[in-house]
Amino acid sequence: MSTTTTKDANTLKLRTTLTALGMLPVLILLAIGFHLLSGRFLSVNNLSIVMQQASINTVLAAGMTFVILTGGIDLSVGSILAASAMVAVIVSLFPDIGMLGIPAAIAVGLACGFVNGSIIAFLKLPPFIVTLGSLTAIRGVARLLGNDTTVFNPDLPFDFIGNGSVLGVPWLAIIALATVLVSWFVLKRTVLGTWIYAVGGNVEAARLTGIKVPIVLLFVYSVSGLLAGLGGTMSAARLYAANGLQLGQSYELDAIAAVILGGTSFVGGVGSIWGTLIGALIIAVLSNGLILVGVSDIWQYIIKGLVIIIAVGLDRYRLKGLSRT
Amino acid sequence: MSVTATAAPRATPVLEMRNISKTFGSTRALSNVSITVFPGEVHALMGENGAGKSTLMKVLSGAHKADAGGTILVDGQPVVAGDPIKAKANGISVIYQELSLAPNLTVEQNMFLGAEPSRAGILNRSDTRRRAEPILKRLGVGFGPSSQVGQLSLGERQMVEIARALTTNARIIVMDEPTTSLTSRETDRLFDVIASLKSQGIAIIYISHRMEEIYQLADRVSVLRDSTYVGTLNKAELSASKLVSMMVGRDLSSFYKKEHHAASGEQRTVLSVRNIDDGRRVRDCSFDAHAGEVLGIAGLVGSGRTELARLIFGADAKKAGNLFLEGKELAIAGPRDALDAGIAYLTEDRKGLGLFLDMSISENINIGVIGSDAKSAGVLDFAQAKIRAARAVTSLAIRTKSTSINAGALSGGNQQKVLIARLLETRPKVIILDEPTRGVDVGAKSEIYRIIDELAQNGIAIVVISSDLPEIIGIADRVLVMREGRIAGEVTGSKDHPINQEAIMAFSTGSATSDAEKLKKDGSQP
Repeated sequence: MSTTTTKDANTLKLRTTLTALGMLPVLILLAIGFHLLSGRFLSVNNLSIVMQQASINTVLAAGMTFVILTGGIDLSVGSILAASAMVAVIVSLFPDIGMLGIPAAIAVGLACGFVNGSIIAFLKLPPFIVTLGSLTAIRGVARLLGNDTTVFNPDLPFDFIGNGSVLGVPWLAIIALATVLVSWFVLKRTVLGTWIYAVGGNVEAARLTGIKVPIVLLFVYSVSGLLAGLGGTMSAARLYAANGLQLGQSYELDAIAAVILGGTSFVGGVGSIWGTLIGALIIAVLSNGLILVGVSDIWQYIIKGLVIIIAVGLDRYRLKGLSRT
Repeated sequence: MSVTATAAPRATPVLEMRNISKTFGSTRALSNVSITVFPGEVHALMGENGAGKSTLMKVLSGAHKADAGGTILVDGQPVVAGDPIKAKANGISVIYQELSLAPNLTVEQNMFLGAEPSRAGILNRSDTRRRAEPILKRLGVGFGPSSQVGQLSLGERQMVEIARALTTNARIIVMDEPTTSLTSRETDRLFDVIASLKSQGIAIIYISHRMEEIYQLADRVSVLRDSTYVGTLNKAELSASKLVSMMVGRDLSSFYKKEHHAASGEQRTVLSVRNIDDGRRVRDCSFDAHAGEVLGIAGLVGSGRTELARLIFGADAKKAGNLFLEGKELAIAGPRDALDAGIAYLTEDRKGLGLFLDMSISENINIGVIGSDAKSAGVLDFAQAKIRAARAVTSLAIRTKSTSINAGALSGGNQQKVLIARLLETRPKVIILDEPTRGVDVGAKSEIYRIIDELAQNGIAIVVISSDLPEIIGIADRVLVMREGRIAGEVTGSKDHPINQEAIMAFSTGSATSDAEKLKKDGSQP
């Protein structure tokens, strides 16, 4: 009897560990593989580049994690990022108050997310359709903001965000990590976080438990919008410019891919922000590594797509093998 | 209706399962179980949840492969284990608790799903119809082959499942708790069909927790306990006490607990419901619930009991009526308001509307109170949650290794206790329990009765909605009977004159009218 119990406990522990590790082994294997193939992947310089490349997607994917945990989806983050970046650059052009570009961009993102959230929470329309609509509409707004041209600011007052670093760590990576940490805290240490998991797990049960479901939904879409706004600021700071037509095109797909790679359930209720971070890193490692190895642009697309499918497939298979009888 | 007790012909058994064992990893789900089933008999399979009934049936249907050493004989011929397609070809058909029909397809499409009459991939619609019609006629159902399954009631859907089994010439039909979501009329209909299947020589393996059904239907009853076979009783030997003690391995002299004394002394009204109405399913219902009293609400499925509870709890919007708690009128716009006022509601649909299966037991228990427990800025108070969870596990005897495992991993009875724990943490004054023992095994049932009794002793007003008449008679001090959205009558009892089943049935089927009802409803019924 006691041996059975310890064995069960061990199985449980193993399962918990494996679930927590998730895609980390895939990330490590990819990194080692690219290093062996190129000989220069695991250098300080290159890793710093990878972190920069991963940072904006990490921030978007963090917001997406909130949304997908409730069982929703936010397709509009790429467009919100573009609109926010436009606002960031335009405001930065005002003399003396150029720094206000940062809060302005974030506020625009938050406002877009709030509108998405209000429609989804209070009018009870499906998130896919609402955010598909706002993907198009906000893209139009982004183009309108610069009269459909690219706006530049070579003297961007907050360019340190995009190109500076602290003790060798790029600001972009610091912001991304900070976003992940704050998200982790909200999801795992606050009442609101528990409510997010509850709404995603069983929305009707959540309502009967006294949870105000519309407030939770409004919150997650607002967070997603806000973080897309932050992503817009980061993007503008990196490029000293923004273009309403091209910037952020299909970023939502990379963000969704990162969340799914991170093991978050597409129907909601299950997942973690650390998984999302690993998912975003896998995507960045793939892009960077394939370039280092000299794979052509076309094949990069094909390989990235296949890796996402295979990785998620392996993950589901692994979890299934561990599931209860 | 009565099913004639033709003693099963002792000729050749249609099915013999010998020494079936099944282990999953380190747990033994079945240990040397043997049962024999004869053609034309209803063979009931009983046992607590987790006793191994479902595993045994999954071995039979080929969904699980039994461990080496066991044999399954159909008509004396050994069959290949662990092959669902072969099992079907051998005439074994299983109707699971969760019906597996496609609601968007028609009855006949569902009947032949996966084995559509066709030639070269082109559907043969006239053949489908020709084969479906006689089967439906044989079952005597009130719908046609082209009805959409989504439009049918649960009972009718069950008939479609049975029809599907008959398309493959099933000779052994397993029914896993088929009456759980049926109205009593539909249940009668099902029993008629079972009787006719029996007379055609088809063997039925019938899994149920409900004693009355077993009495009514079964020719023989086999009992499993802790993965082993305990014994088989013939119809003549059946008695509740015998069955219960076989199932739980001990004597349950006082199955229903009723130690609280509601009737004694002054009654303090806690909840008053006045003329509540949603314009559709609940019509003009009024009643009072008193402190320390267990008030039962009986009635057929669909009579508006759950809808009434949901109106009181604010889960649905009411059109008219007032609620008073301890004399003060309540304005309830949603469940949050009801909980804040001190009204708690246990849903009848544990998995669909109650639990968060992917969240831990502790989170499930605490979810209703984490908001008020939280430290500043909404930061969770884990220490407090741990205390609450540990206390609930002890006081409600929730069987689990840890409170951090997912609620989905618990058995039905323990899941129910987790939900009750969640309600109790909100310190309610009134608890409405909707089918608190549905799908719960005998052991957990008696524990839930104990919990209800203790809550009543602590002065909480308890409203229990139940379709299980012996249960409601066993635990309630007073029973309201609902019919067609109205409270059709009230049945009270005393120690010497217990509430009787006939009175409740009379009200719920409309074959009796109380004076009160006459006064209320004069002329309003067609």
